[in-house]
Amino acid sequence: METTTATKGYQPMEYKSEEGRLKIFGFWVFLSAEIVLFSTLFATYFVLVHQTAGGPAGKDLFEVNIFAMETFFLLTSSFTCGLAILYMRKNSMKGYLIWTIITLLLGLGFLILEIKEFSTLVEMGAGPTHSAFLSAFFTLVGTHGLHVSLGIVWVTSVMIQVIKRGFTPVTARKIFMTGLYWHFLDVVWIFLFSTIYLLGVA
Amino acid sequence: MKDFLFNFKMPEHFFITGDPLIYGAYVSIILVSLAILFVLTYYKKWVWLWREWLTTVDHKKIGIMYLVAALLMLFRGGVDALLMRIQLTAPNMHFLDAEHYNQIFTTHGTIMILFMAMPFLIGLMNVAIPLQIGARDVAFPALNAVSFWMFAAGAMLFNISFVLGGSPDAGWTSYTPLAGSALDPGPGQNYYLLGLQIAGIGTLVTGINFLVTILKMRAPGMTLWRMPLFSWSTLITSVIIIFAFPVLTIALALLTLDRVFGFHFFTLAGGGSPMMWANLFWIWGHPEVYIVILPAFGLFSEIFSTFARKKLFGYNAMVYSMLAISALSFLVWVHHFFTMGSGPWINSILSISTMLIAIPTGVKVFNWLFTLYKGRVEFKTPMLWALGFIPIFLVGGITGVMLAVAPADYQYHNSYFLIAHFHYVLIGGTVYGCIAGLIYYWPKIVGWLLNEHLGKWAFWWFTIGFNLCFIPMYIVGLKGMTRRMYTYPAGLGWETWNLIATIGAFAMGIGFIILVWNMYYSFKHRQNDTTGDPWNGRTLEWMTSSPAAEYNFAVIPQVKGLDAFYLIKKERAAGVKEEAPEIKPIHMPKREAFPVIMSAFMFVAGFGFVFEWLQIGFLGLLGSVITMIWRSFNDYDRDYYIPVEEVKKTELAAGRRV
Repeated sequence: METTTATKGYQPMEYKSEEGRLKIFGFWVFLSAEIVLFSTLFATYFVLVHQTAGGPAGKDLFEVNIFAMETFFLLTSSFTCGLAILYMRKNSMKGYLIWTIITLLLGLGFLILEIKEFSTLVEMGAGPTHSAFLSAFFTLVGTHGLHVSLGIVWVTSVMIQVIKRGFTPVTARKIFMTGLYWHFLDVVWIFLFSTIYLLGVA
Repeated sequence: MKDFLFNFKMPEHFFITGDPLIYGAYVSIILVSLAILFVLTYYKKWVWLWREWLTTVDHKKIGIMYLVAALLMLFRGGVDALLMRIQLTAPNMHFLDAEHYNQIFTTHGTIMILFMAMPFLIGLMNVAIPLQIGARDVAFPALNAVSFWMFAAGAMLFNISFVLGGSPDAGWTSYTPLAGSALDPGPGQNYYLLGLQIAGIGTLVTGINFLVTILKMRAPGMTLWRMPLFSWSTLITSVIIIFAFPVLTIALALLTLDRVFGFHFFTLAGGGSPMMWANLFWIWGHPEVYIVILPAFGLFSEIFSTFARKKLFGYNAMVYSMLAISALSFLVWVHHFFTMGSGPWINSILSISTMLIAIPTGVKVFNWLFTLYKGRVEFKTPMLWALGFIPIFLVGGITGVMLAVAPADYQYHNSYFLIAHFHYVLIGGTVYGCIAGLIYYWPKIVGWLLNEHLGKWAFWWFTIGFNLCFIPMYIVGLKGMTRRMYTYPAGLGWETWNLIATIGAFAMGIGFIILVWNMYYSFKHRQNDTTGDPWNGRTLEWMTSSPAAEYNFAVIPQVKGLDAFYLIKKERAAGVKEEAPEIKPIHMPKREAFPVIMSAFMFVAGFGFVFEWLQIGFLGLLGSVITMIWRSFNDYDRDYYIPVEEVKKTELAAGRRV
């Protein structure tokens, strides 16, 4: 209802229409469901982390260099994604495009490293069917990776729409929502990094 | 690559054969499909079907589709139940063999909970909630269609298991290791996993949609504490859905990975933990019980208040007790497996938290009774079902507290005592709530009333049958009969009780037939609801015409307190002049094709994964992702305005002042 939402002062474009406000709020609710989803996977992982069935444990598998690089890529991409939204707010198409493309490249870099990590593990004979620990590891990290892949597809598709249509309340809302999603994946990664990789190699 | 693309591993039996029931199913599926095709073509209804139903985003039509699906599923689940009862009528019966019996109790439980109770309640929410809060639609009408079609795809996938590949047979709880690929190979259990997975996505989306709708789209003046109880219960249910369903999504996904891709989450080989399944399943499963009971509580509250002609007693306590129930619902899951050996501490704590739920539930029962007290009670059929609910639910609840006592549960566990308990709460609570709600909202849905006389026959057949069916189960349970046994020897003192139970089950079936017959009979002898307010209702949904116009309200009403429409009627009666409302053009969403297309792709994906034809599975997933992207590119100008003239015309045609 137009009257119940604060309309005082500055209001970003994506919040200007009732539809935009509803969809952004709905997306926050969706993200809370995603938190439950990842929490369940984390819980599963911690139940099974020592069930290596005589096979390798995290200590034997995780490469500090690789997961440090992955972390660097993803965290930086979250920052650049924020910059892209700032430029959108400033109505600068060039700034938005540059930072979005950098975000995408960093996301892609992260993904390539993760795929490489996975394929190395599988080649070593430490695939997900080897032990309960590895099943849980591949599923948790893989689910995050799948989210990043879908995020890349989504951000790209929104970017093309923005190039075609410019900044409108609808495209601004889409950019903002992809931004929320991207930051969310970053937060999840921080938990993955600290509880799986850091604790794993400790 | 070629090996991957063209590898179609066939299960042992693709077409299920050998049983007259299954041949009957083939014949009826083919005949019904042909009949539908013929009717649609002969009457040239294909375009109508596509435009008016398959692509609709109108919450009222989506609600109707949910209700039709739920009634069909009630029929299917009911037939399963009757087959089980026939089998158990007398000792040493071999009407069904053990394997077939396993499949039937599995599909009965799964269908009744996930494909009957859920869509029935979600259907009623769709029909009533936007009207009740004075909104023109839900927050995300297109996503609402996605919810329905995902549910439909999941339900369809689950049901074809009967003829293609074989039904699941590890119980509706699908416990590992029994449900793992080592002990239960073949597509049956995969149907369970994929069917529930796809339908579950729809439910999660419904939860998000109704949460946002209720929080953000209430009519001006309707504060949270002026909301009708059905809206409150839907809001709280939505929160439970949002926090519970992702757990189910993960549990199903993990078991699918185990079964289809050889992972080791729940297999002892490889170090997995079969007990983890029970935990994950019930962390979703117990809240799920409240997902199907709270909306029913909401419906009962509306019905008691309407037919007692009184404000609901203890409104605030009703809301707080629902909030307490929703919080506790996440803290009791272990009571489903006290006997699994979690140790005395854990069992004690979860035993006490389980008993705690009886307190807010008791508060609600007393409030309903006090609502009746000194009310002018009208015994219309919705009220009969509501009144029937109280004693039945009370028995179910009290036996629930008995089961909550962990040491005693070692005796009751998996006996027919448990079966009787949860049918007393689920039928007495959910099914009675659904039927009461359906009859209550029927005139709002179709514009004419159901016959009261036949309605009463249906109620008494069903209620007497229900008690005949399930009281004996308490008794045979205490006499040691365990659930899921497909036949039993003579001489254990179970024979008479089982015979009575079977008679009761058939009486319930007759009650259901009368209920459905009543729909046809009342259509033939239509008693139209011209006022839009056949029950002298108290809430906003009764302010609209029956059925409500596409846009629900020509002018959004102003809410001045609880029971908003009652207050408006009181003002009207007192002669308070209403301001002539000015009608403005009404903003509406256009119809959408992508929900049904996307769900069709998900169906294909599900079917592929069921038979472990991964290429088909991934192709289906790809198809639904592409549909989503396509929709994202065409997500512009998806709305239009209904001009004032047309609104006025519609209102006049419904006999309303403009």
